[in-house]
Amino acid sequence: MTSNGVLQILLFFGVILLLTKPMGIYLTKVYSGEKIFLDFIFKPCERMLYAICRVYAEREMNWKQYGAGVLIFSLVSSLALYAIQRFQSFLPFNPQNFNAPTAESSFNTAVSFVTNTNWQGYGGETTMSYFTQMAGLSVQNFASAAVGMAIAVVFIRGISRFETENLGNFWVDLTRGTLYVLLPFSFLAAIFFVSQGVVQNFKPYDTAKLTESFVVQIDKKDADGNVLKDAEGENIKEDKTISEQTIVQGPVASQLAIKMLGTNGGGFFNANSAHPFENPTPFSNFVQMLLIFLIPAGLTYTLGQMTKSQGHGWAVFAAMAILFFAGVFTAYWAESKGNPLYPKNVNQQVIGGNFEGKETRFGVANSALFATITTGASCGAVNSMHDSFTPLGGLVPIVNMQLGEVIFGGVGAGMYGILIMVILTVFVAGLMVGRTPEYLGKRIEAYDVQMAMLYALIFPLVILIFAAISAISPDFGTNSLNNNAAHGFSEILYAFTSATANNGSAFAGLNANTLWYNSTLGAAMLIGRFLMIIPVLAIAGNLARKKRVPPTLGTFPVNTALFTILLVSIILILGALTFFPALSLSPILEHFQMNAGQSF
Amino acid sequence: MNDLITSALLILVFTVSLGIIYPFAVWGVSQVVFPHQVNGSLIEKDGKIIGSELVGQNFSGEKYFHSRLSANNYDAANSGGTNLGPTSQKLIDRVKTDAEKLQTENSTKPIPADLVTTSASGLDPHISPAAAEFQIPRIARERNMSETDLRAIVAKHTEDRTFGIFGEPRVNILMLNLELNKK
Repeated sequence: MTSNGVLQILLFFGVILLLTKPMGIYLTKVYSGEKIFLDFIFKPCERMLYAICRVYAEREMNWKQYGAGVLIFSLVSSLALYAIQRFQSFLPFNPQNFNAPTAESSFNTAVSFVTNTNWQGYGGETTMSYFTQMAGLSVQNFASAAVGMAIAVVFIRGISRFETENLGNFWVDLTRGTLYVLLPFSFLAAIFFVSQGVVQNFKPYDTAKLTESFVVQIDKKDADGNVLKDAEGENIKEDKTISEQTIVQGPVASQLAIKMLGTNGGGFFNANSAHPFENPTPFSNFVQMLLIFLIPAGLTYTLGQMTKSQGHGWAVFAAMAILFFAGVFTAYWAESKGNPLYPKNVNQQVIGGNFEGKETRFGVANSALFATITTGASCGAVNSMHDSFTPLGGLVPIVNMQLGEVIFGGVGAGMYGILIMVILTVFVAGLMVGRTPEYLGKRIEAYDVQMAMLYALIFPLVILIFAAISAISPDFGTNSLNNNAAHGFSEILYAFTSATANNGSAFAGLNANTLWYNSTLGAAMLIGRFLMIIPVLAIAGNLARKKRVPPTLGTFPVNTALFTILLVSIILILGALTFFPALSLSPILEHFQMNAGQSF
Repeated sequence: MNDLITSALLILVFTVSLGIIYPFAVWGVSQVVFPHQVNGSLIEKDGKIIGSELVGQNFSGEKYFHSRLSANNYDAANSGGTNLGPTSQKLIDRVKTDAEKLQTENSTKPIPADLVTTSASGLDPHISPAAAEFQIPRIARERNMSETDLRAIVAKHTEDRTFGIFGEPRVNILMLNLELNKK
C-alpha cells in the first residue's frame, strides 16, 4: 500500500461526503414535486409526456397498485428489449452487420438490463449493433434505475407518512427520476467523458495499419469453421501474421454516463470500464466512481429529510461508510501484497502489487477501489478483471454483494435494502430490551418483520442452491469454468451472487453464455429483483397505515453511533451466517493454498 | 389494462427520447467541442490511420519497446483479459516462461511485473516507467542510440498522475515507439 493509494481512496470518499447533502436535497425536491431550477425546460416535457402516455399525475396509489405498475412496466420493458435484440439485423445503425443474438442470450440480456443487473453473457463490440446498445440497452439503463429509485422513495414515504394508503404515483416517480435526475446528469457526464477520449459516433469500425506486424498462433480451422484437432485431441495451431488493428467505434459516451450514474454497469465493450475507449484516463475513472455512489449516497440524506430525522440519515450513511472502508482497505492490502507464486525475478512491488488483469493507468489502488465501489453499489462495471485478483482481493467484491448490496448500494435498491436491515436492527434492539420495537414513531410488528425476513432469506437461498447445483454438474455447470479447484467454485459462486444481487460484474472467466447459465442466471436476476421488491412494497404499505406512536424513554434512538454499530453488526452477522461456509470453500481456501505455494 | 397501455407508450417515448435523441445530442455537441476525441483519438500518417492514441498495439520486435501481454493479441474488436486466477498453473507457467525470455533479451535485473502480466482490456496503451527503463539498454544496443537520448524520449512520453494524485505514472507505448521511428 502506498500513501498515494490511500490518499486517492480518502479523496474519493471525501468528495462523496461533500456531494451527499446537495444531491439529497435535490432528490427530495424531485420526488416531492417541489420547484426546481430545471423546471422551465422539463416541466413542459413532463406534462406532454403525461398527456401522451395517459398518466393521471394527481392520482395516488396504494402499495399493490404501485407494485402492479412496477411489474407491468418491467414486463413490457423486457419484451421490448428482447424484440430489439432478436430483430437487430433488420434495424438501423448496424454498420458491422451483426446478426441477432440467440434466443436464450437475448432473454438473459433482456432480463439482465431490466433488473438493473447488467450481467453480460455477450461481448458488446462483437454482438450488439449501435441501435441495440443505445435504443435498447441504454434505455433500460435509464428506466431500471428510475424504477429502483422510485421504490426507495416509496419505502421512505411509507416510513414518513401516517394513517394513509397513498404512497405516490409510480408513473410520476418514474418520469421525474428519469427527466430531472438521470437525464441531465448523464448528459453532462457524457460530454465530460468525451473530453477524456471516450468515443461517441455512429461510424463503422476503423482499421489501423500497424507499425510493427507480428505473428500469432491461432487454432487451425477447416472450411466450415470447425477447429481441427490432432491425434491427442489438442487444437492444431497455425501461424497468422497480423498487420492491422480494428479500432472499434460507437455511441459509447452516452451509454457510459448512465451506466455509471444508474449503477447499471453493463459495458459497451466486453472489457467494460477497463477498455481505453470506455475509461481512457485516471480522471475519467475518478468521475465514474463518483457517479456510482452519487445517487445512493444522496438518498441517505433524502431519507433524513423526508422522515424529518436528519441524524437517522447520517447514521445510515455512517454504517455504509464503515463497511465501505473495511472492504476497500482489505482489497487494497491484499492486492498490493502481490502474488507469492510468481518467480522471484519478477518485481511486483515496483508497480504496486498483483497486476494480472489490471490496467497501467489505474494501477492497483484504483483497481481495488473501483472493485469495492462497483460491488458495494450494485453497479457491476469493472476497470480490472476481478477473476485475476488475489483470493482475498476477490473475496471483498463477493462479500460486498452477499451483504445485500447495501454499501451505498444500487440506485434505490441500496436504500430499500438497508432499510430492511434497519427494520431488523430495530426489531433485534427491541427484543434485547423487551419492548415492542419502534422506528421513527411507528411500531414494528410481526408482519413487517416477516416481510423483512422473507427479503433476507430469498436472497441466500437462490444463490446457494443454484451455485451448489452448478458445482456438482460437470455437463453443464463446471465445464464452463476457466480456472480449477477452489477458484473455479469462486467463479460459480460469484456468478450467482452477482446475478441475484443484481450487480452484474463477474469472475469473467466463467463461460456463462450457455443454456444452463443463461437461464438460471436469468431466473436468479428476476427473483433477486422482483421477488424482493414485493416484500419491500408490502412493508412500505403497512408502515404508511400505522398511527404515530410518541417516543418514550424506552424508544431505541436511530440517530446514534450505537444504532450505526448495531446496524453494521446485523448486516455482517446475517451475511456471515448465510455465506461463510460457501466462502470458506472458495476464496478463503484459495488464500491458504496460494500461501502454501500450491497452483492448479 | 391501463397500466399496460401506459407502459407501452412510456417505453416508446423513452426509446425515442433517451435512446435516439439523447445519444445524438451528445454526439452533436461533442463533434463540435471535441472532434478529435469523439472519433477515437486517431493518429494518421500519410492520410492513413495507423492507430489510436488511446489503444495499445503489440510491439514485440527487438527494436521497439515491448508492450504488455494481451489476452487477445491487441485485437481492439475483442477486448478482455485472461481471467486466470492467482493460483492458476497456466498463469504461473506463462509468467515464468516470459520472465526467462525477457531476462535473456534484456538483462538479469528484476522484471517489472506489468511486462509479464496481461491487462484487463488486452489493449493497455501504457507500460510503467519502470518497464520502459528495464528495456532501455536493449533498445540502445539494437538502435545504436545512447541510453541518455532514450531516457529523454521516454520522459517525453511519460504521463505523471493526473493533477499529481489520480492514477499511476505511465508511458504511452505507441507514441513512444512512433517517436523512435522518427529518429
